[in-house]
Amino acid sequence: MDKISLMDNASNSVIDTDKPGPPLWLLAELTYRCPLHCAFCFNPIGFDSVKKELDTADWIRTLRQARELGSVQVGFSGGEPMLRPDLEEIVAEARTLGFYTNLLTSGVGLKPKRAKALKEAGLDHVQLSFQDSTKELNDFLSNTKTFELKREVAAMIKDNDWPMVLNCVIHRLNIDYIDKIIDLALELGAETIELANTQFYSWAKLNRDSLLPSLEQIKKAEEVTERYRDKYSDRIRIISVIPDYYEKRPKKCMNGWGNVFLTVTPDGIAVPCHTAKMLPGLEFPNVKDHSISEIWYKSEGFNRYRGKGWMKEPCRSCPEQDDDLGGCRCQAYMLTGDPAGADPVCDKSPHRSVIDDAVAIAQTGGTAEAHPLVFRDPKASQRLSAGKDGADILLPR
Amino acid sequence: MTIETTNIVKVASGLRLQFEEAQDSWVLLYPEGMVKLNQSAAEILQRCDGKRDLADVIALLEKDFEQTGLQEDVMSFIEIAREQKWIKFL
Ligand code: SF4
Ligand code: SF4
Repeated sequence: MDKISLMDNASNSVIDTDKPGPPLWLLAELTYRCPLHCAFCFNPIGFDSVKKELDTADWIRTLRQARELGSVQVGFSGGEPMLRPDLEEIVAEARTLGFYTNLLTSGVGLKPKRAKALKEAGLDHVQLSFQDSTKELNDFLSNTKTFELKREVAAMIKDNDWPMVLNCVIHRLNIDYIDKIIDLALELGAETIELANTQFYSWAKLNRDSLLPSLEQIKKAEEVTERYRDKYSDRIRIISVIPDYYEKRPKKCMNGWGNVFLTVTPDGIAVPCHTAKMLPGLEFPNVKDHSISEIWYKSEGFNRYRGKGWMKEPCRSCPEQDDDLGGCRCQAYMLTGDPAGADPVCDKSPHRSVIDDAVAIAQTGGTAEAHPLVFRDPKASQRLSAGKDGADILLPR
Repeated sequence: MTIETTNIVKVASGLRLQFEEAQDSWVLLYPEGMVKLNQSAAEILQRCDGKRDLADVIALLEKDFEQTGLQEDVMSFIEIAREQKWIKFL
């Protein structure tokens, strides 16, 4: 027997660009339909125009092909994935194929009977997110309906012996209550709580000036989080990252374009991340027309920003290029108009001022009063994608 | 708590030990993540079935691999596995 050494974390492995590794992570967005209306929703603004979802057979074929390539984690998300009546069938197939199956849900509509059916189908894990079921975002912590719902769902998670991971999207309007959020997670017996900073794409980008916290808020939240970490280290794992707008270097988005993640949208389009569809001049293949292998290894959509060959200055000659691979392509496009430029979060980007401007607004109280929050719903989706008052949504400011 | 050879352990609930063709190795799967195990770790964990105690796990490994003196390696791995919350004690 060889000497025992620590294992390497697969998601950290750097895969060389000539020969990409398998899409270890498959994110299956089963539907864009959702009973909730989150102002930070990551679904595309135009979600309501997607009417024709993949059917059960399409999903099963996709799972089989991805698994053959070496996919091992599958996340069922949405929208609200529980709105698919065939969820159990899809989960069962995934589990039989050997996937570790994760359900990403708000818990709305989960009843003990369905939880049991999902357990029997072989579901490995439920990630419960704290989204509010009302439109009163600021009230969400005092909303008893929300609490009751999360309590019920947490009990079902325990009953079915699933690991409990809670996820809460953090923003300007709830960051001051981070202690209450962690208290609730402790009370529910969660093993992990992810305090996920709002990522400013899609609906969150529309609402950015109301949702980006101030530096003071972030500092306070960090102190609180540290205190809880010290005190409850044996009971709960707290994961939190500060918003990239407050960093000087961008995040290594998706751990590299076409490196480990493959997302399939409800209508079957395969993308390296769920927001990539916004990028101009780039076609993404549909799983109805192409195999996962063709999509992953051969398509222009997955190859365009793989590795470092596409980089321009300042990234091309940057000594730090392996650390972040130039950051997020969508953020570069959304905020600077150039999808092949450096992510403007980087202080070497000539466009860093667009980030600084947003940060400056956040210090002076945001613009919540002047621009009321836009909540995600089908009507807003139609209105905004028709361009009446949202023509500039995806365009650089 | 110090770990004794009389302890009985198994892979913690919610985690799954499985062989991955594409990685050509054993992996441990957990919510939204995976660790690739080296061969020793995989051989140890496969034998931690929640029925045998650690002394039996060690004896079995020594028999299967025709070796002696594996106790120290096994116990230090079990310590790591406990810290990582990969195993539970019965
Ligand atoms: S972010 Fe909110 S509205 Fe959007 S899909 Fe998730 S639960 Fe639904
Ligand atoms: S210049 Fe480009 S590669 Fe260098 S740190 Fe900035 S974003 Fe990353």
